[in-house]
Amino acid sequence: MLEKALSGGKRYWTWVVFLLLLILAGFLAYMRQFEIGLGVTGMSRDVSWGLYIAQFTFLVGVAASAVMVAIPFYLHDYKNFKEIVIYGEFLAVSCVVMCILFIFVDLGQPMRIMNVILHPTPHSMMFWDMCVLFGYLVLNFVIGWTSLGAERKGFPHPHWVKVLTYIAIPWAVSIHTVTAFLYSGLPARAFWLSAIMAARFLASAFAAGPALLVIFLLVLRKVSSFKVGKEALQALAKIVAYAMIANVFFFLLEVFTAFYSRIPEDMAAFQYLFGGLDGKHNLVPFMWTAAVLALLGIALLVIPRTRKNEGVLPFAMAAVFIAAWLDKGVNLILAGFVPNPFGQVIQYAPTATELMIVVGVYAIGLLILTVLYKVVLGVREERA
Amino acid sequence: MKIERREFLKLGAAVAVGLGGGMTLDVLTKAKPAAAETTTDAVGTKVSSKALHAKRWAMVIDASKFKTEADFRRVEEACVKAHNIPDFGPDSKHQIKWTWEEPFTRTFYGVDDPYLPEAIKKENFPVMCNHCENPPCVRVCPTQATFKRPDGIVGMDYHRCIGCRFCMAACPFGARSFNFVDPRPHIKDINPDFPTRTKGVVEKCNFCMERLDQGLMPVCVEASNGAMFFGDLDDPTSDVRKILDTHYAIRRKPELGTGPSVFYLVGGGGAGA
Amino acid sequence: MIYGGKKIFAGLFIFVVLLISPFLANIGKADAQPNPSLNTPTIDALAAKQCVGSAQFMRTYHMQLLNEWRDQALRHGEYTYVNSQGQKFTISLENTCLKCHSNEQQFCNTCHTYVGVTPYCWECHQKGATQ
Repeated sequence: MLEKALSGGKRYWTWVVFLLLLILAGFLAYMRQFEIGLGVTGMSRDVSWGLYIAQFTFLVGVAASAVMVAIPFYLHDYKNFKEIVIYGEFLAVSCVVMCILFIFVDLGQPMRIMNVILHPTPHSMMFWDMCVLFGYLVLNFVIGWTSLGAERKGFPHPHWVKVLTYIAIPWAVSIHTVTAFLYSGLPARAFWLSAIMAARFLASAFAAGPALLVIFLLVLRKVSSFKVGKEALQALAKIVAYAMIANVFFFLLEVFTAFYSRIPEDMAAFQYLFGGLDGKHNLVPFMWTAAVLALLGIALLVIPRTRKNEGVLPFAMAAVFIAAWLDKGVNLILAGFVPNPFGQVIQYAPTATELMIVVGVYAIGLLILTVLYKVVLGVREERA
Repeated sequence: MKIERREFLKLGAAVAVGLGGGMTLDVLTKAKPAAAETTTDAVGTKVSSKALHAKRWAMVIDASKFKTEADFRRVEEACVKAHNIPDFGPDSKHQIKWTWEEPFTRTFYGVDDPYLPEAIKKENFPVMCNHCENPPCVRVCPTQATFKRPDGIVGMDYHRCIGCRFCMAACPFGARSFNFVDPRPHIKDINPDFPTRTKGVVEKCNFCMERLDQGLMPVCVEASNGAMFFGDLDDPTSDVRKILDTHYAIRRKPELGTGPSVFYLVGGGGAGA
Repeated sequence: MIYGGKKIFAGLFIFVVLLISPFLANIGKADAQPNPSLNTPTIDALAAKQCVGSAQFMRTYHMQLLNEWRDQALRHGEYTYVNSQGQKFTISLENTCLKCHSNEQQFCNTCHTYVGVTPYCWECHQKGATQ
């Protein structure tokens, strides 16, 4: 089926070449990092994780795109999602590949990555995260590829695929939960030490994943033969609305607990995010942008007239997606290191090399997504 | 109940090891610095027979004896020299620190009471890895590159570390440093008896385990002129226990339950002479 | 002729050439078998020239042995290795291994270069450690 990705129009190849150029630039930047070390990034002794780990954390969330279309379709037989389930699954595949790459580029000794398997360590959440992420990648790829193959030949799915889809649903919950456990179990970081961290991760994932999926489906409607139905879009928009409301609600719970209890350590990171701390306020614009976009997105999705307007819908989805990205892909990880264990505020800003590597990894994800979507379109055009 | 059970398990393990390997857990009643007595092995390499052992190594720091900058510099420089710690300058993001000086408000962040005596507020403290009884860094490490030894020392295997820096996020004491670049060009004068590190691995204070194995006290303790004490927390007759039995000592962030093995005598409640 | 045959065969040809390129590059340049030198002043002075294991054992397993030594010394604080003859040795790369094998160029590098392995010992460990 892969050959479907090898035939396309001028626009398709321009896009692919553009992505390849970004990947090349990212690769060259990574070679520099590989040679010199992580010193080429903006990370330091005090902010020891930066954009790489933040992107990883965020993209685990976007991978929820699959489960949010799979549950209505496979469990509730919601027919409007029949055509789009595979787009959700392949988006998850692309996201998980990016997650793995972001972990890889963050390692100081990448050539030793197999040590995680050579010395398996069940008391480390990182070990479990590796297991569940890899499993989720395989599940979504196998489910998507096999059902597409069956569709091509005009057969129903093999029965075992159905079994895998049932396994994939709780598995999706596990990737967000275990990723949240990376942070929420650390006594050192008051900002992350929260029992609802996993719940927040699920809520923001169930918002960001489907929101991105809607954006991609609208792009496909413009540039390809696949015209997503109005009902499917509206159903996804409602899912995004509920999930984003839950996400903002959970965030406000954290704010209440910190500020009503007035425990200094619990308040510090929020103070840093909303107004700056010790005269340092790198993240303040990001926090307020996220807050405004989150509320704007929710408003546009809750009001039926704006939600049903397909001219407004992409903006509402973009607002939710960017808000979720700022919240999880920037603020959550970076503010966790403020203040440091000595109560000092040390700031972080990524370097150009670091940003280029981030862009390169995103380009790899988009290329994988493009190829997979092209295969889906090709197979379906052939059947039509 | 809990402690008894743990002691019982330890005893069981000791018996099992003793039966299995013909090995003894040699717990010195007094961990005093000893001139290393040596024997010679099959190829003539000297084998130290005076390796110091303990059930749980611990340190007591008498802050009142760190009076001047020179007192801190002496201790820090001894450690830097012994362990080939690179110098990137005080403001570098790539700084590597094993033991260094911090003021009271930072050392005991969260305890900064405005009504403390001036003398305490102005006191500075040497900080380092606390070699926790219950170390979060060991819990999170995905490869067991950082581990807790049977004698309580939290060690690092620089060969196994993949540089994920999870331990740095997990350490509540900011004790860990990462080699963002190759450290060797930044080491002033290399001590040939201790390895340097490679770029991309995390490092920290090792309680001078290489010296304990030769029967020597940690280099900072030696350089401190009696301001730092080192011994077995599990042995009621050890120096550290004697001090802790008679003086009020505090630990950093005890509420987190990590069980630091470094104790501080604060505000001139000095120990010994 | 199969459809698109020219392209297929041209592609296959390029693939095969790339595949065997390392062999093509080395044709007629048989490398001499490595002949590491064991002679150092310390070894020459030994009554019995015997490493911690037999030559065959050391040749095959020196890397595993070094790994074991590291874990034993670092993780368990045990610095004594007892070999199959019951002889005791101190576990130390610098002070046991390299005390005898002080000729890195002739001893270590000869074989490692031949098999295309670059040991990274010296990035951290140091030649010329004192006892």
